[in-house]
Amino acid sequence: MSEEGELDLRALNDEELTQQVHDDLYDGLKEEVEEAVHILLERGWTPYKVLTEALVEGMRIVGIDFRDGILFVPEVLLAANSMKAGMFILRPLLAETGAPRLGKMVIGIVKGDIHDIGKNLVAMMMEGAGFEVINIGINNPVEKYLAAIDEHQPDILGMSALLTTTMPYMKVVIDTLKEKGMRDDYIVLVGGAPLNEEFAKAVGADAYCRDAAVAVETAKDFMKRKHNQMAASA
Amino acid sequence: MTFVNVKPSEEFEFLNGQGHVLLIACGALAREIVDLIETNHWKAFDVACLPAKWHNTPQFIVPGIREKIREAKGKYKSIFVLYGDCGTGGQLDKLLEEEGVERIPGPHCYAFFSGNEAFRAKEDEDMTSFFLTDYLARHFDKLIWSGMGLDRHPELLPMYFGNYKKIVYIAQTRDEELAHRAMAAAKRLGLDYEYRYVGYGELADEMKSRA
Repeated sequence: MSEEGELDLRALNDEELTQQVHDDLYDGLKEEVEEAVHILLERGWTPYKVLTEALVEGMRIVGIDFRDGILFVPEVLLAANSMKAGMFILRPLLAETGAPRLGKMVIGIVKGDIHDIGKNLVAMMMEGAGFEVINIGINNPVEKYLAAIDEHQPDILGMSALLTTTMPYMKVVIDTLKEKGMRDDYIVLVGGAPLNEEFAKAVGADAYCRDAAVAVETAKDFMKRKHNQMAASA
Repeated sequence: MTFVNVKPSEEFEFLNGQGHVLLIACGALAREIVDLIETNHWKAFDVACLPAKWHNTPQFIVPGIREKIREAKGKYKSIFVLYGDCGTGGQLDKLLEEEGVERIPGPHCYAFFSGNEAFRAKEDEDMTSFFLTDYLARHFDKLIWSGMGLDRHPELLPMYFGNYKKIVYIAQTRDEELAHRAMAAAKRLGLDYEYRYVGYGELADEMKSRA
């Protein structure tokens, strides 16, 4: 029985509850999202189904309204916090149940830059979409990117910057990959508020991703192409 | 270094609509621009400001400046833009090149107030510094605390400011009240505090060369 005025999540059927998770994510209601995740798991949903249909779909809607100027950064961060709380519950279960893995990504902010809000959103959405994400944090010199690539052998390298003064460092990293003959081994995606497609092309990245949702779609697309190429050359 | 007057011999009140050089500026610089004009009795300028709140949404800056330039073309002998790159990722410079208009050099106002070269020299040391100008110290509550939603959701503080170590207040004027506000802002954000008096820096130099 719920307290007066409070919605009893257990009284909702699966469809209504999923819809409610989307609404609660949108409103940044972390505790409600956590409760709904537990309920859906209790009802026998697989962790992967909870992740994709409840959390990722909810954040996708948040992403669209952010892009359209309906939601702003604070609301997106609250939604992200709620999704993070839901993923915290699901992560160990996903590992146990062997959820599908789309690929692996190393992601980090370039040298001289500490602005990681966008990068963390991308990392979270990529993880939610089924990528293994190695988040190497802020202020990364080229050596740190190379070490992470060497250690984790990712499919994708993601770089982000918020400052006009730091974004050219992406070219330093990509040029180093070229010098070492490694550039074509990885899909390089770049993002950050002052970037655009023209810049991504100029520094030699594979694509510019204007937000987390686009990053996920772009990564999926490139992974599909990679698999097709591998199949064709097999 | 360029010196500008600091003690006017007589009062001079700036009135828009009489100059032949249009300054298109960020609203966060309006007070400083008018102060420089009045202190130095510069009669050449008209000033058109765009919303300072675009500091948080730089995607509005380029279309806003384009509109102002196109409205003003033919009406002024020249146009000068008082904006840094301000997070436009080179798009502002691209527009200005297309329009044949110049701007004050520098990535943002913190740099040209501090002096671009001096700012660059401290880039590594200042990587984890959050800068306040007089304007930002004055409007910290509205533009930063409320503007970033921290009044409603203080739990977002670590997401916004977790990587910062200190507030650096680069003061344009010697104003104790503003220094207190900047210090209070640092305390509220849980950051260290540093005061640097920089004055109007290259804003004064650039305006003087066009006055």
